[in-house]
Amino acid sequence: MARYILKRLLLMIPVILGVCILVFTIMYFAPGDPAQVILGGNATKEQYAELREKLGLNRSYFERLFEYMRNVFLRFDFGTSYVSGASVSKEILSRFPRSLLIAFVSMIITLAAGIPLGITAATHRNKAGDYATMLFSLVGVSMPGFWVGQMLQVLFAIYLAILPFGGYTAGHPEFYVLPCVAASIGGIASIARQTRSSMLEVIRADYITTARAKGQTEHAVLYKHALKNALIPVITSAGMSFGITMGGALVIETVFALPGLGMYIVSGINGRDYPVVQGGIIFISIAFSIVMLLVDLVYAFVDPRIKTQYQGEHKKRSKAGKKQAAAGGVS
Amino acid sequence: MKEKKLKKQSQLLEILKRLTKNKAAMVGLVIIVIMALIAVFAPWIAPYGYEQADYYNIFQPFSKEHLLGTDQLGRDILSRLIYGSRYSLKIGIYSVAMAATAGAIIGSLAGYFGGVVDDVIMRILDIINSIPGLVLSIAVAAILGPGFTNCIIALAFGTTPMYARMIRASILNIRKMEYLEAATSINCSSARIIFRHILPNAISPLIVMATMSVAQSILTAASLSFIGLGVQPPEPEWGAMLADARTHLRQYPRLVLVPGITIMIAVLSLNILGDGLRDAMDPKLKD
Repeated sequence: MARYILKRLLLMIPVILGVCILVFTIMYFAPGDPAQVILGGNATKEQYAELREKLGLNRSYFERLFEYMRNVFLRFDFGTSYVSGASVSKEILSRFPRSLLIAFVSMIITLAAGIPLGITAATHRNKAGDYATMLFSLVGVSMPGFWVGQMLQVLFAIYLAILPFGGYTAGHPEFYVLPCVAASIGGIASIARQTRSSMLEVIRADYITTARAKGQTEHAVLYKHALKNALIPVITSAGMSFGITMGGALVIETVFALPGLGMYIVSGINGRDYPVVQGGIIFISIAFSIVMLLVDLVYAFVDPRIKTQYQGEHKKRSKAGKKQAAAGGVS
Repeated sequence: MKEKKLKKQSQLLEILKRLTKNKAAMVGLVIIVIMALIAVFAPWIAPYGYEQADYYNIFQPFSKEHLLGTDQLGRDILSRLIYGSRYSLKIGIYSVAMAATAGAIIGSLAGYFGGVVDDVIMRILDIINSIPGLVLSIAVAAILGPGFTNCIIALAFGTTPMYARMIRASILNIRKMEYLEAATSINCSSARIIFRHILPNAISPLIVMATMSVAQSILTAASLSFIGLGVQPPEPEWGAMLADARTHLRQYPRLVLVPGITIMIAVLSLNILGDGLRDAMDPKLKD
């Protein structure tokens, strides 16, 4: 197992480097002159030229990429904001915990609500309970998360006036309630659907018939035998939802004016403050890769079949890789 | 030859037959068709122009003259929604078509050639995949700037890897099938194998996925518009209408409620249709 973890960690390094190069390259083609953004329109030509030299904008793509990568990975320095002149790394680090908290709490809400909903649907198959939960989850995946946030604002902050409309004050958890709920609606729906279909698949398996035949109670059959096996594909889809939740939370933060990473990136986009956008996106991607790695590790931990596949010889290993890729592509 | 054609048609008919039996999917299909018709005939259906401002009648509630009320400039919301369906449906369909085509090409290259080509493509896709889709679309849109075409490109960029992976996976599965061995043994050319045997078998999950992704694209486009990167107000794209109405949420929540519900209905119908299509195309998947 330790070897597997080490291997996955090592494999993550080129991916993170690649993400960094990709985002840098996309941002490299950004239109507009950063010197103009910093100095505004009322500077002399010499001032622009001087600043461009200082920022290294006259150097080649590869020189700038190399410099940027060195700063990011050796000194954890994402550069300075064009607009405020503040260090991007510091700002990211102070904002990231808030975004992470939203993503994490939403994920917990998602799993806590989605899995029971899916089980209910599967056990009441083709009855009212099934139709109701499936209708709920179809509607849930069909709403834009930020719009759900706005509707929650109207309901809980304006009409009921029991929760704040938006903004943030340190030490007040109530500011997180609505953003977290808004960010989890879409995830609940997709987890419920996934749980339902994998439960239905598992329920037909021979070992469930065996469990029933030996006189096991229905409750134990469902939760001890069926659920354990049904949850394996749910874990993958939870990992993917986490990415979607993280992306959606960026937009939801702007709805609630919650000063997290998302608001930072959006303000960077609107102010053409590219170091902010670049740094924020790279940081989010790294965080996302780490979460996906954790999901894969949990997966291997939960499903002994995968563990043995990786412990096997090389030929087996490549087969498992292909299988995983195929599974990832379809889901 | 003639017999083959007949056989193929009957398969298509069978899928359609199964689809028509699914009531929910038919409701979804009908709503989508109605929305498409509304989009096509927008100038004849809409009671007002989408930019027709009326400063004496701003923030009108629902009434006979303005079925869904008016906004901060006195523009008729129903008319704006009707014209907006053109933008939203086009963005959804074009971006998916673009992503599916690009993804199918990349995926088939990886799947068919294998080896180094496959490795290189898959590693690049791994990298792109480790950026959440919406975040990637935001990055691309931030560079391209706001606008209709740029929004489509940004959305397509974020979803292409998904299609590439899927097509590659299904090609890898199909390559092992016995009917391909049979085709090779009766001396079919590789072009015939690809177009007659591989693609038709690889494409049905693609169609299902494309239907679902049109829905997803409409949602993502709304998010992009909302943070100022998609279609810009005063264009009546649904997400842009939400962004436009944002400042009036406290006083006039219906300005946000109505476009949101419209988006939901469109996306919901597409999702239901996609579910139905999946069940119809692959009865094995139906539980």
